[in-house]
Amino acid sequence: MKGKTNKRIMEPSSSKRRSVLQRRDFLKYLGGGILIVFTPLGACKNISEPAQVSNALPADFNAFLHISQDGTVTCFTGKIEMGQGPITALAQMMADELDVAYENVKMVMGDTDLCPWDGGTWGSTSIREFGPEMRKAAAEAREVLLQLASEQLKVPVTQLEINEGVVNDKNDKSKTVTYGDLAKGKKIEKHLTGSPKLKSSSEFKIIGKPYKRADSILKVTGEAKYSGDIKLPGMLFARIVRPPSYGAKLLSADTSEAEKIAGIQVVRDNDLVALLHENRDKVDEAIVKVKATFEEVKIDVTDKTVIDHYLKTAKKSDIINNKGDIAAGEKLSEKIVESEFYDGYVAHSPIEPHTAAAMIEGDKITVWASAQTPFLVRDAIMEKLNITADKVRVIIPFVGGGFGGKGDNPQAVEAARITKLTGKPVMVAWTREEEFFYDTLRPAGLNRVRSGIDKDGRITFWDFSVYCAGDRGSDTIYDVPHQKTTAYDQGENDPQVHPFAIGPWRAPGNSNNTHAREMQICLMAAKTGMDPLEFRLKNLKDEKMITVLKSLAEKFGYTPAKGPSGRGYGIACGTDVDTWVAVMAEVKVDKKTGHIQVVRVSCSQDMGMCVNPQGTLLQIEGCVTMGLGYTLTEELIFEGTKMITRNFDTYEIPRFSWVPEIDAVILDRMDQPPHGGGEPAIICMGGAIASAVFDATGAVVYHMPMTPERVLEALKKV
Amino acid sequence: MVQKISFVLNGKKTNVEIDPAQTLLWVIRNHFGLTGTKYGCGTGFCGACTVIIDNEAVRSCTLPVGDIAGKKVMTIEGLAKNGELHPVQKAFIDHDALQCGFCTPGMIMNAAALLTKNPKPSKQEIIEGMEDNLCRCGAHVRIIQAIETAATSLKGGKK
Repeated sequence: MKGKTNKRIMEPSSSKRRSVLQRRDFLKYLGGGILIVFTPLGACKNISEPAQVSNALPADFNAFLHISQDGTVTCFTGKIEMGQGPITALAQMMADELDVAYENVKMVMGDTDLCPWDGGTWGSTSIREFGPEMRKAAAEAREVLLQLASEQLKVPVTQLEINEGVVNDKNDKSKTVTYGDLAKGKKIEKHLTGSPKLKSSSEFKIIGKPYKRADSILKVTGEAKYSGDIKLPGMLFARIVRPPSYGAKLLSADTSEAEKIAGIQVVRDNDLVALLHENRDKVDEAIVKVKATFEEVKIDVTDKTVIDHYLKTAKKSDIINNKGDIAAGEKLSEKIVESEFYDGYVAHSPIEPHTAAAMIEGDKITVWASAQTPFLVRDAIMEKLNITADKVRVIIPFVGGGFGGKGDNPQAVEAARITKLTGKPVMVAWTREEEFFYDTLRPAGLNRVRSGIDKDGRITFWDFSVYCAGDRGSDTIYDVPHQKTTAYDQGENDPQVHPFAIGPWRAPGNSNNTHAREMQICLMAAKTGMDPLEFRLKNLKDEKMITVLKSLAEKFGYTPAKGPSGRGYGIACGTDVDTWVAVMAEVKVDKKTGHIQVVRVSCSQDMGMCVNPQGTLLQIEGCVTMGLGYTLTEELIFEGTKMITRNFDTYEIPRFSWVPEIDAVILDRMDQPPHGGGEPAIICMGGAIASAVFDATGAVVYHMPMTPERVLEALKKV
Repeated sequence: MVQKISFVLNGKKTNVEIDPAQTLLWVIRNHFGLTGTKYGCGTGFCGACTVIIDNEAVRSCTLPVGDIAGKKVMTIEGLAKNGELHPVQKAFIDHDALQCGFCTPGMIMNAAALLTKNPKPSKQEIIEGMEDNLCRCGAHVRIIQAIETAATSLKGGKK
């Protein structure tokens, strides 16, 4: 396994990069060499109209890779590194396509002055959408370099070969020139137009090989810089006066007691009242002395009543899939299973809360933010401060976990506002309580499923609804003649429906929908007296899913048995971000306490081309482990617009003693395009564990998370 | 209010004139500029702020700096000796025992203190010893393996 660190620049202190970088300056910054300009169309799929309008980068200067005179290849990407490893996998893709050593690729990530426009690091888009476009740029650069080498060595291109950035004549190895030499003294700017020929998988030397994380050395020594680690001369720590409940409007703020603490400064700007101090402890001490009044929003809903609330408030329904005739399907049925599945609100709770440092020099604001979306952060600041794109630079250092929650970054706007108002460098670092309060939560959800089976164990009809949690992953996947899928209130930020801001949470919607579908399948299999895997295979036509399930069964060592078998085995499968995924879990249930211990989990994935099998394993393990949380414990407690859960004492995320043995199969699909890897496995965790609990005990727990109380309640009904 | 507090920080004798009620975490980060120690929850629940004080893993976010007078404090920046990484740091790299890396310094400091006290921990003892350090990315399986590797390496005398 390779483990060397590829170089990376993202230090904020380099003064020469603080200035406004225009096209000419950028070329000067690169200092000659060969620049490949391309438009990553795939990566721009997610461009929304307003973002396109505000995107101030010239259209012909959108994305780049650069080969310097010393042969270093720099890859500029608007993607960011929050733990999921694009810093490694993108460098692998670049190095392989360009035929340079992996260690020679330098990644510049998430800097709005240096990197191409990007919609954000979410939805597993880094490898599957940006990656292939980047490979095209690398292939184009390779063609340019071959052409230059051909001219210099006076050898036809077809007679040349490349090895780690060195070009030589196949017939006469003494005729040789390096990429660095070819780039020397040149300023070549090449625009990618067509589709250059990419390497076939049989030619890969780096793609598909396991590479360890490029950033570990920085992260184990404490050298890795996150937004909160940015130190600016004269920087002040800000704390903002916060409302007691969601949507509350600030009426007054008496800061007189707080101001008695020496050195406290107060900033007021409409709805923003902030205290500043050079010392974090002092501003923390001062903020609790502010006496503020608010006009609160009342809404009659709690975590206990949210599902009834949904049924009352959900207005709009969309039929997103309708095939055959449900009534006809019912007539064919020997048995009908009807279920309701519930999920609570869940927080992202990355260990790093939302943080931003900001400074202003002249009229240019620079912000370092723990964000998944550098360009959307820039747009938000432009809009709030009414300034143009060239007056804002957003830099994303390492991000301490995102999971979808750092697509929304009010802290960055707050920092930009305060630095503009005061002219001083500031740090806005949310407390854990602020993080829980302002998190854009995964919505609670309700799934209603009605389905039938004929006497041969075939599914006759499938009527599936999802309320207020999003329709991602609600596909039937099974071969059913009569099927309908209805989505109610598609997770919009409607204050009538959701008392809090909601947003994407790792594979948004899919964990709820996959749990409901797969648990229903488990119950149907039990009703027919069939093994749940055999029941699936009987009702699937999708060859990809059949292969994934069979490879999983082999890995897990699964043998068929009618459920509940007492073994505690559970299965779930589904699709997410174009990846086909299945999980098997083994659990032990303590019938006295209701405690669930997950003993082992296996996962199989058809994700197309797997760029970094090592990174993929880390993502699968991460999904499995994180997925234990929404399945077993994570649920936010609230009363109306008041969030009660505000820290890790009451919000239980997975701990060491919970973690099962984890293994995985990554199916070899190197000839196909890469699909998503960061999210798929998590969608199966709820369904796999719930069905394992059923298999162990016969108890059906319909409500996530499956707390001991809910397990005990379900056991009573067995 | 301001007092002179003397202690040893990463092997160096240090004096600081400071309000002793200030939190060790923010003093380490802002006064000394050692930003490897992280704020995660501010209440001692998550362990991202873990440092080693006189061989004990301690949560620096709830500790007044006045309490460390005369003591030895080690942060993640002080763990490597003479340019060589501590076996726990090495093992974290070898096992890829991290993702976002934000909990990593606290994990490593907690593990290093654990191995000082118990150089031959069983897997169960590692799990119990690490239980209150939180990781959201789900690197747990690899962290346990890394600590097992580090324990073996320490036993072999490779410090």
